[in-house]
Amino acid sequence: MTSPFEDAARDRAGEIYRAESRRVLATLIRLLGDFELAEEALHDAFTAALEQWPREGVPAEPRAWLVSAGRFKAIDALRRRARFERSVEAIADHLSSRAAEPEPLDEGTIDDDHLRLIFTCCHPALPLDAQVALTLREVCGLTTEEIARAFLAAPRTIAQRIVRAKAKIRDARIPYQVPEPAERPGRVEAVLRVVYLVFNEGYSASEGSAVMRHDLSSEAIRLGRLLVRLLDEPEAMGLLALMLLHESRRSARTSQSGDLVLLEDQDRSRWNRALIDEGSRLVEAALRSKRYGAYTLQAAIAGVHGRAATAAETDWGEIAALYDVLGHLAPSPVVALNRAVALAMLDGPATGLAEIDRLLSDGALEDYHLAHAARADLCRRLVRTEDARTSYLRALDLAKQEPERRFLQARLDALGTI
Amino acid sequence: MKYLCLIYDDEKMWPSMPKAEAETMMGEYFAFTEAVKQSGHYVGGNALQPTSTATCVRVRQGKTTTTDGPFAETKEQLGGYYLIEARDLNDAIQVAARIPGAKMGTVEVRPIQTY
Repeated sequence: MTSPFEDAARDRAGEIYRAESRRVLATLIRLLGDFELAEEALHDAFTAALEQWPREGVPAEPRAWLVSAGRFKAIDALRRRARFERSVEAIADHLSSRAAEPEPLDEGTIDDDHLRLIFTCCHPALPLDAQVALTLREVCGLTTEEIARAFLAAPRTIAQRIVRAKAKIRDARIPYQVPEPAERPGRVEAVLRVVYLVFNEGYSASEGSAVMRHDLSSEAIRLGRLLVRLLDEPEAMGLLALMLLHESRRSARTSQSGDLVLLEDQDRSRWNRALIDEGSRLVEAALRSKRYGAYTLQAAIAGVHGRAATAAETDWGEIAALYDVLGHLAPSPVVALNRAVALAMLDGPATGLAEIDRLLSDGALEDYHLAHAARADLCRRLVRTEDARTSYLRALDLAKQEPERRFLQARLDALGTI
Repeated sequence: MKYLCLIYDDEKMWPSMPKAEAETMMGEYFAFTEAVKQSGHYVGGNALQPTSTATCVRVRQGKTTTTDGPFAETKEQLGGYYLIEARDLNDAIQVAARIPGAKMGTVEVRPIQTY
């Protein structure tokens, strides 16, 4: 028989685990100087909590209790290992001499540790796929199996990626620290890239279990919120806004049969208003800072779509202007293509088509299926049916994802009936 | 911890470079070397003669073969190195980023193995 008191303590331990385990881990990695040791210590600390808290009550500061318990458990573990390996004894001595001093654990220290963990997992000296796996494992607390399922990889592959990354952190001495101001811009960019990649992996309508993919997007959004709180970086706000604005359209962007629904054809009543509002507020704050970048501008564009009650009411002038700024800040053929599409909506298909033909003749978009799909669509609107057919066929040749191919095929078939 | 910074660049670039530009580049290298000596990062470093002067030696089954090369199939070749003492990889990266060759070529940063 367990008393209600004990049950409450156990529930509370579970809650604290869900809310705090990653932050406790982040602090333990700093104190112990080793990822593996810290993970074991975290596990041992929570095991101890489940045993002691129901008996003795939940401590006043559970987080500090867990850090302290984890620290002593790690020292115990090292002492046991030291019986076989002499070198480990010195490490254990060093750690236990430091563990005697109480560790100040105010919010600022905890946040710094959390940031250290994020910056270390997203260190650009690690391969990008390892940064992603390590971030999901250590920062988000996903299991190796969950990560493997989301990326359609074998758990062993993901586990190896994580092991190799940890070995590089140790051997090349990647420090567990928040980068210095001089390194910061590039390092923040790397962190944001990992988060956006996780989001897109969850958002793209490619293969894989839909449920797991949705989880990836939610993890990315959670990470985005965390970064906005921890970093004074407008681009972190821009990225979070961009993810929220995309996420707001999730349920409207595919039909029940899994086919893609174009933005202009989406049922806007199914867009999530709360996410659009939150995203728009973040965009405004980021723009006001004057230190915004490409994520903020893309979010601003998504925000313009989000504000339009119907496709016809879209403010294409503003969208084209935003693409202009984006094209200056981060020039790319894809941005130029999107600008051309906006111009077609603003000034008519002939203007847009001239711009797309100019871009295609530059060559950089030759193998990009959406460039040919956009060209086909403008030709169709100009009733240049044969040109439209040629471009749809080229797009179909290049498109890889099944929903996109079905969409292009349907467009191509519709031409035949004209 | 010691790191070796290996500087890879296009060695064909040097002879075709206008004299003034080459002198500026050399000046930057001298200034960099002086700066890392001052900051305590410098352990050693050298520029290498071009790969056309290189010789490859292999011993197989006790027999020594000597050939020319390495053949410059890649666009960038090892042109020099610095051995530095750095606090950690981030410190080493910041030093490597200041090597003049990083602007045109690639600097590979490798931790030194200790036994």
